[in-house]
Amino acid sequence: MGLAKRIIPCLDVDAGRVVKGVQFVDIRDAGDPVEIAKRYNDAGADEITFLDITASHQERDTTLHTVEQIASQVFIPLTVGGGVRALEDIRNLLNAGADKVAINSAAVHNPEFVREAAERFGSQCIVVAIDAKKVSAESDTNRWEIFTHGGRKPTGLDAVEWARKMTDYGAGEILLTSMDRDGTKNGFDIALTRAISDAVPVPVIASGGVGNLQHLVDGVQQGGADAVLAASIFHFGEYSVQQAKEFMQSAGVEMRLG
Amino acid sequence: MSEVVAVIDYGMGNLHSAGKALEKVANGQTIIITGDPDQVRAADRVVFPGVGAIRDCIAVLKDTGLDQAIRDVAKAGKPLLGICVGMQAMMARSEENNGVDCLGVFDGQVTFFGELFSDTGTRLKVPHMGWNQVQQGMAHPMWAGIDNHARFYFVHSYCVTGLPDEAVAGRCDYGLTFAAAAVQGNVFAVQFHPEKSADAGLTLLENFLRWQPKIN
Repeated sequence: MGLAKRIIPCLDVDAGRVVKGVQFVDIRDAGDPVEIAKRYNDAGADEITFLDITASHQERDTTLHTVEQIASQVFIPLTVGGGVRALEDIRNLLNAGADKVAINSAAVHNPEFVREAAERFGSQCIVVAIDAKKVSAESDTNRWEIFTHGGRKPTGLDAVEWARKMTDYGAGEILLTSMDRDGTKNGFDIALTRAISDAVPVPVIASGGVGNLQHLVDGVQQGGADAVLAASIFHFGEYSVQQAKEFMQSAGVEMRLG
Repeated sequence: MSEVVAVIDYGMGNLHSAGKALEKVANGQTIIITGDPDQVRAADRVVFPGVGAIRDCIAVLKDTGLDQAIRDVAKAGKPLLGICVGMQAMMARSEENNGVDCLGVFDGQVTFFGELFSDTGTRLKVPHMGWNQVQQGMAHPMWAGIDNHARFYFVHSYCVTGLPDEAVAGRCDYGLTFAAAAVQGNVFAVQFHPEKSADAGLTLLENFLRWQPKIN
């Protein structure tokens, strides 16, 4: 008995609408993030992550407004990421009702930003998002590097060292996405998840590649993840959050069941 | 006149979520978010939330005079609810930021989790983040309608220890046993975030809005 592992549905939001399409069983949803966040809340999700993929600066106000609406109706933790570049962005998101913010590219460009953010707002609300890709040959020792721009741009940074550095700088949690697995439905990169989880003292959220419920169990039991993030398996109603939780619990993972 | 519930705003992070959750469960009460010590003293009930570092928290409370307002509310017998750093700030002392004297409403200490290991020998992550079980230490109106061992959402690296048994309203285990909830007359404090703890948390907040503490 103790701390439960978390299931975190992820919403990709562009200009105030959920993209990648979301379709619950028997309900065709138009993509309203507030409506979708409420459904996940009611379904027993442990947290919600909201990734703002809005490109233009003007549309950031839409994001803040959406976050505000979600926060006034959803009473579980809400992490917001995407385009977080300045302390002002963090302040605005927290004031709008986000509980944590995820910093990705801005951390790569300026690692000190993470330190400043953690000192200013506390490590508990600073998540560093890491997009990693395997760069070693199959026969060699595993090595992953940090990529930015949706996995297109290499940085030369070693993923394990980078994760350790980010937690030294004050990150309170790591959101780890395998760029090799993202969208494949072949399961998490377990070796990557394990390497990062063993390297850092803070919780790690595994992301990228979930295709079935056993993948969630593997992420926790083999990868050592503290939480698992998934989008499409929940969005398209393949599995409900409750089903996922019951499956994980019966596999021996401690979960919060309703 | 409807009751006024003041949520103390001292300018640190996301204090509005507590207000939003209280609005959700309010039954005729007016929820105000304020940093004015006089408004805090005048309120019928007070919620003292908190996130961030204890040194900054206590410094701001002292600068604004909110420290004395909180002590006054505690003495006046009005229902007062501390949340997370709000709970920690009401203890005697915290070892965070090289040691900080706190408000001293409770005679407890705030200590770092440190290097903790689970019973299987794996190192536990800090912050303690996520949904953990709270073992209720006593029957109390604040626990009405909430199952013993219900899960609440925690996120913290420091925890309250050293309280006398009769002040521990709830316990939680994470490598060690710490006070997840503390009580002393009209003051109740929780380490978890009821405003982020789904139904169990909303029930606790609803209970707080109804709570009529018995004053000795």
